[in-house]
This record gives sequence, structure tokens and C-alpha cells, in this order.
Amino acid sequence: MNELVEIVGLTKAYDAKHVAVNNITLTLPKGKIIGLLGPNGSGKTTLIKMLNGLLTPTQGSIMINGRYVGVESKAHVAYLPDRTYLSGGQKIREILDFFVDFYADFSRDKAEEMLRSLNIDPETKLKTLSKGNKEKVQLILVMSRNAELYVLDEPIAGVDPAARDYILRTIINNYNPDATVIISTHLIGDIEQVLDEVIFMRYGHLVLYTSVDNIREQHGKSVDAYFREVFAC
Amino acid sequence: MAWELDTDRPIYAQLVERIQMQIVSGYYPPGGKLPSVRELAATAAVNPNTMQKAFVELERGGLIVTQRTNGRNVTEDEELIRRVKEGMAREHMETFFCRMKELGYTGEEIRALIDNEPVRNNS
Repeated sequence: MNELVEIVGLTKAYDAKHVAVNNITLTLPKGKIIGLLGPNGSGKTTLIKMLNGLLTPTQGSIMINGRYVGVESKAHVAYLPDRTYLSGGQKIREILDFFVDFYADFSRDKAEEMLRSLNIDPETKLKTLSKGNKEKVQLILVMSRNAELYVLDEPIAGVDPAARDYILRTIINNYNPDATVIISTHLIGDIEQVLDEVIFMRYGHLVLYTSVDNIREQHGKSVDAYFREVFAC
Repeated sequence: MAWELDTDRPIYAQLVERIQMQIVSGYYPPGGKLPSVRELAATAAVNPNTMQKAFVELERGGLIVTQRTNGRNVTEDEELIRRVKEGMAREHMETFFCRMKELGYTGEEIRALIDNEPVRNNS
């Protein structure tokens, strides 16, 4: 069985006028790094929150590795939100303790090793780190879980090019053929050579799900350029 | 250093070309060991599945052979490597002649220019 995520007829309506995700059906395989792309307000974060069980679908269903999204699936989905939920006053060591308690699949050794390679002292408080290092620490926490699905919401927004490279390399180095990584971003050009496949969303609809090399082969242009064409106003 | 890749062509095809180049230039010598898919994907900063696809393509062409227990090696068939190298050289020549003709040079003139060009040493 190669399917990891099975989304069927998924809809989220905040009220009658605001349908954030509109009847999406999509099956995602294991072992892929997938870009979730779309303009602001296209429903990416709503979809991500439903994958994580943070929002309940109005209609339709999501299964992750054969389980409906719920308490059990959360133990196997590692989520990097677009805004942090960690408290800046905590030391990194305390956050590691928290992750060890919270997630059975969290490898403290792996996290500490990655922190060492960045020369980040676990005794520092999160709020004293630069923006780039804050993002890196949060990515390290997420990637140190041995999850089935990693969902990264805008992991490279607002960081400098060196930090961005580090983040992309960390994603590549943690590649696991049994797990899938979903990355939502606006910065397509920076990330497309790391992606296998892309999902395009617009107004809550699924516009396209295909591989990066398919787009390049069929259209003779980068995913970034193709995206600008598809979503040109 | 991440590999510089064109944005308008399939990534796997560019990885194939790049590794092919490294083999014919002797960077990876005949019979030499290649890095793992994972290592090379990390070096190039590309998706591991795309690198895997490039390796499969190179295996199909015979330039890379998979040892059951010992990872991947460059072929020991130096004749094959030479043929691939010649093929690549021919492509470069075609592009070169095409461009020169666009500039308005005749075959004769191009030949004369080449003869007068001092040989550069890139070592």
C-alpha cells in the first residue's frame, strides 16, 4: 500500500459565504516531498489544519495511513505551524523535555545533534534567538519526530538565504521513503528543486496535482513561472 | 554547494547530464565508487527521488552499475565512457556551429578562426 493520505470530498465552510476548502478529493503517496501552493486565501492553511485535526471538516473525510484524522493520527503527523505556539521564555532544553513528554516518536538525540551542528546552546531561551535560528529550531523539533506525515506551513518565510538553504537541506537529509512531507509556501522558486510534486489551490479548489518535472517537461518553464501564469490576475 | 540548475527544464534530466559530465571528465573515474543517492541529493540540494530517477536513467545507459552489496560504481567499460564523451562533444560542436552561422560565419571562416585560436589550458 503506497497511499498515505486519502482526502475525499473535503469541504470546510466557515459560513454559507466563506467556503475555504471546496470539495477536494486527493490521494497522496508515501515517500514524497510535496509543495502546497496557492495565492493568499486559497485554502492552504485551512487544509493543513484539517490534516492536523485542528479544524473539523464540514463535509468529507481525511485518512492518514488508514486512520481517520483524530487523536491517533495526531501521534503520527508532525506539524510546523505558520505561527509558533511555543513560549519565548522557555529554554530550548525545556522545549525538548516537552516534546519528549508529548510525542512518543520524538528523538531527543537527533534534535540535540542538529542543534549542536548549528552551535545553538540548549540553555538559551527561544526568544533570544534570531528569526532565522528560531525557525531552524522549530524545524528541528518537527523533523526530529519519526512521523508518517510532516506538514510544514511556510517554513522558509522571512528567513535569509543561508537559513533557507539550511532548512531545505534539513528536509532533504531527513527524507524517509515511508513518510511524506507537505510544504506550503509562496516562495516556489526557492524550493521547487526539493519538491517531487506540487498541489495548486485556488479559491478553495484543487486546480492541479502533478510532478515538478511534468510541469517543466510539458510547459518548458519552472513551476514558479507556470504558477504565475496560472494565477495571473 | 547546491548545483546550479536551469529552471525551465526537467530537473532529473539536468542531474543526468551533470553526473554524465563528471564521469566522462574523470571526476568519477572508471570503476570508481559513487556517493549514495541520499548524499548526492543533499550535495546538489535536490529531491532524493529525483536523484534516484537520474541514477536509474544512468544505469539504463550503462554508465553506472549497481553492485548488490556495495552501492553504485562507474562502469569499467572505458569504451562506453569514450562514446558518451564523444556524443556530448558532438552536441557542443553542433551548438557552436549553429551559433557561429547565426553570426554569419561560413564553415571556412569558422575553421580559420579555430585554427588561429590559441589552445587554452584550463588546469
